[in-house]
Amino acid sequence: MIAVFKTIPPSRYVIYVGFLLIFVTFAVLLRNDGFATPSNLFNIAQQTAPVTVMAIGMVYVLTAGEIDLSIGSIVAVSALLAAVVLREWSWPVAVVAGLGAGAAIGVLNGALVAYGRLPSFLVTLATMGVFAGVARRMTDLQSVPIQNDFFNAFFGSGSLLGLPSLILWTLVAVAVGYFVYRETRYGAHVHAVGDNARAARATGIKVLRVRFSVLVLSGMLAALAGLLYAGRLHGARYTLGEADLLTVIAAVIVGGTRLNGGSGTIIGALIGSLLMGILNNGLILMGYQPSDQMIARGLIILIAVATTLREPNR
Amino acid sequence: MPALSIPTVASGDVTPVLSLQGIHKAFGAIVAVERFDLDIFAGEVVALVGDNGAGKSTLVKIIAGFHPPSAGRVLIDGAEVTMSDPSDSQALGIQVVYQDLALADNQPVYMNMFLGKELVKGPLRRLDRKRMVAETETLVKQLDVRIPSAKATIRDLSGGQRQGVAIARATHWATKLVLMDEPTAALGVAETAKVEKIIETLKARNLPILLISHSLDQVFRLSDRICVLRRGKQIGIRETAKTDNNEIVSMITGLST
Ligand SMILES: Nc1ncnc2c1ncn2[C@@H]1O[C@H](COP(=O)(O)OP(=O)(O)OP(=O)(O)O)[C@@H](O)[C@H]1O
Ligand SMILES: [Mg+2]
Repeated sequence: MIAVFKTIPPSRYVIYVGFLLIFVTFAVLLRNDGFATPSNLFNIAQQTAPVTVMAIGMVYVLTAGEIDLSIGSIVAVSALLAAVVLREWSWPVAVVAGLGAGAAIGVLNGALVAYGRLPSFLVTLATMGVFAGVARRMTDLQSVPIQNDFFNAFFGSGSLLGLPSLILWTLVAVAVGYFVYRETRYGAHVHAVGDNARAARATGIKVLRVRFSVLVLSGMLAALAGLLYAGRLHGARYTLGEADLLTVIAAVIVGGTRLNGGSGTIIGALIGSLLMGILNNGLILMGYQPSDQMIARGLIILIAVATTLREPNR
Repeated sequence: MPALSIPTVASGDVTPVLSLQGIHKAFGAIVAVERFDLDIFAGEVVALVGDNGAGKSTLVKIIAGFHPPSAGRVLIDGAEVTMSDPSDSQALGIQVVYQDLALADNQPVYMNMFLGKELVKGPLRRLDRKRMVAETETLVKQLDVRIPSAKATIRDLSGGQRQGVAIARATHWATKLVLMDEPTAALGVAETAKVEKIIETLKARNLPILLISHSLDQVFRLSDRICVLRRGKQIGIRETAKTDNNEIVSMITGLST
């Protein structure tokens, strides 16, 4: 048993233990406040859907040795664009516009990082600012309601075969994200590039193409997260996604993805994202303010970093 | 052509597998290689020797497509090639054991072995990990590289084991030419002997090998010809059988002994 644990880096199982511990703690502390009821747990799972979707993109980006700080701004731009388009056009046009906006910002990030050879930290820090501004400009800070029932059901409040659409989106994103990450050559190349870009290049892997593609992927998943928010809230606002960056990074790092690239886990990111959701929900039920949630999130990242960076040979 | 004597082991009408003509490489103001000419023929081992910073690794990276030469031509089987990326040299069947090994430390041995050439199966083109593991096991056993398992992570291997993995990878994929940049630098006596045996096997497969080594004993044991580089300048090429340690040392250092 001990030997098994020794072969797995601590970051790989710490998340499961931590998740259980926090879950049980809340279940006991909040046994009279409806924490562990099926409806509350379902609710948490639905609320975390956009964060989970973004977290999957972030696993790819971090594994490739990059980072994407612009996801929150992409959420706002995509959701607002989809909402505005829905005033005049049908839902497929809005979906293409929303996802297209995310892809376009991802292409900008990816091109500057891969072909402009600029650090992703700085590029996406800049585009985060630019597109936060764009989101505010788009509708002059006004929120845009969405009256298209199909759109709202498809991305937010609907259900299929008894499963809420947000949970279905989560399952699809995790399944596809996991498959591509673990089971395809592309996933292997993402790992290799983040692990040792020179070695990846030496074996013929197109390093720049991989860097470019993970940022486009991350942009598109952030845009999908924007559509999920818009569908759930039946409208869009420039504040959507604003506070999500820290949550997403926390979820991914707690989940066991290396901050310095080369390895990660999609399932871990899902668990990490659910953990952040449980934490928020539990803290609210206990009567804490959003400010306390921010502190809790920050501390969680610290703990996560302290455990993951304590790998052997580091 | 510069005033160099370029003896070849092969007769004049055989096309060299690799031909370097007037290769020059500068990094900004630093001239790493001044002017370099070399023909390498099938089945021969050419040693490239010179002190630290002489430009040996730079030449390897030019042949591998890592750096384009500032001037000069690279010919493979008599045809000029321009390589803009290592994927070009890979496609030509050129394999390199880099001085820094070029391994992905957090990936398992078998993934490193198949990096960029991963095996897939089925209509979804899923990674065929089982087959990659099995083929890796066979290969390392054949080459007598002692690693705990093909699934072991590179980070957990010793320096010598890592070197073994890099050599196994290069020998597995090479079909045209093998470049080895100090392949035994981190190895003990027994491991060094194994690598030398591998080099002889490659030679028997009629693959040409460019071997960089600081061990002149090794160079004399393995090579057919020795090419000396000093501070970017090509000093000369000698047939191993017709030279001796003293001559090579004085060529490397520029001092007469
Ligand atoms: N990418 C680079 N940029 C700038 N200078 C470089 C670069 N690569 C090599 N050089 C310089 O070129 C010269 C030759 O370096 P190289 O690595 O080819 O030497 P070497 O013969 O392989 O030495 P060693 O035996 O120590 O490995 C050195 O002066 C080195 O500083
Ligand atoms: Mg060198």
